Amino acid sequence: MAVYEGPVQQLIDELGRLPGIGPKSAQRIAFHLLKAAPEDAKRLARAIVEAKERVSWCRRCYNLAEGELCAFCRDERRDPHVLCIVEEPRDIVAIERTGEYRGRYHVLQGAISPIEGVGPEQLRIKELLARLPEEGVTEVILATNPNIEGEATAMYLARLLKPLGVRVTRIASGLPVGGDLEYADEVTLGRALEGRHEL
Amino acid sequence: MRRWWVRGDRSGCRGGPAATELHWCHMSRLYRDEGVVLRTIKLGEADRIVTLLTQGHGRVRAVAKGIRKTTSKFGARLEPASRVALQCHRGRELDVVTQVETIEAHRVLREDYGLLTRAVPMLEAVDQVAPEREPAPALYRMLTGALRTLAQRRSPVVTPAFFWKLCSLEGFHPLLDACARCGTPAPEPGPDDGADPRALVAFDLDEGGTVCRSCARGGGRPCSPGALALLGRILGGGLNAALAEPPGPAVHEVEQLAVRALEHHVERRLRSAALL
Repeated sequence: MAVYEGPVQQLIDELGRLPGIGPKSAQRIAFHLLKAAPEDAKRLARAIVEAKERVSWCRRCYNLAEGELCAFCRDERRDPHVLCIVEEPRDIVAIERTGEYRGRYHVLQGAISPIEGVGPEQLRIKELLARLPEEGVTEVILATNPNIEGEATAMYLARLLKPLGVRVTRIASGLPVGGDLEYADEVTLGRALEGRHEL
Repeated sequence: MRRWWVRGDRSGCRGGPAATELHWCHMSRLYRDEGVVLRTIKLGEADRIVTLLTQGHGRVRAVAKGIRKTTSKFGARLEPASRVALQCHRGRELDVVTQVETIEAHRVLREDYGLLTRAVPMLEAVDQVAPEREPAPALYRMLTGALRTLAQRRSPVVTPAFFWKLCSLEGFHPLLDACARCGTPAPEPGPDDGADPRALVAFDLDEGGTVCRSCARGGGRPCSPGALALLGRILGGGLNAALAEPPGPAVHEVEQLAVRALEHHVERRLRSAALL
């Protein structure tokens, strides 16, 4: 129910459509913006408009990109024969922070979720299949989340990609560094034991 | 102030007689139970809302705080299909999970795409029919049994059989030995069934059972004799033999019919059934 009039209510309604923002939070943010200096509000509005106008999906890997290709696809120094498959662009940031990977990426923009009705056809899988012969990919690293949706996606992709003669690998699961063994759950610890290596 | 109840003494606690052995709670509304994780949805930055079918409290929705962080104490314990012992703090709408231990992780279901796509529709179906905060021990036993059977026997009949048993448990037990429209009993199987107007040849969801050749002209989904025989075994005490049925047209038919019957009963689409 509209409580405020005109632009104030419009602002609350628009903020309330954002993920994780309920009516109370929307109202609080709206009043913060109304109290803030006009330059601050304008800077926020400009940032939103500029991001929407300049940022789109990379036409090769579906990461966020300014222009046709993202920074990773433009970078000639990266190994084009290894592809790391992730669910969302923010997963690329996590992998890049490790400094261990020098290949390219492919963003699926989601994961198979039977219960949410998200099937393989709603992901960027067709585009991935087209990239493999085009770019001479020899290895695909499946770096989807280690939860039920991510595992389902990884299993589906492995079944799809193995017959194409590409090496398909899955990122390892195990114990977080700095954690205590006694708190590890059975599945994680079981996988850590399976993936043990000789020292 | 803390109060303790031992086995059998449940006064003052919700949950009914099926809940855990050493049941304790105190003024801060903690309770302990066991349950199967039906689904999880992301909440905020690092939390999830976990829906469980518990043994003593029916369907419960609880927040697992920080579960999406790699250092979470819950780890992989609260993934769908896991059977866990848990301790929760009761909230007004959502409870809060405070401790979890795995009883059955059903790892094989998570690590095989074919099995996963058969397990998830069962979880979704239970999520749709289970009453919130009301014990449903028969449903709980059925779900845990079905998940275990699927993991051990990998039979394509487990999911359709579960759907039919679920319909039956919910009061929609189909009529299979007579025409559900005109009441004519099914004839003895014989070589001239192809022309017998009394032969059962279709299934009508509105009528709640099989229909004979004469009545099938008025509607119903055509069913092969093999599919009807398999359905009869599933609901007529021959489940063990039915589970040995290899994948084939009859199994597929019974599966499709089971999905339609359950959707008809709950009046909602089963989204995960699309991947069956």
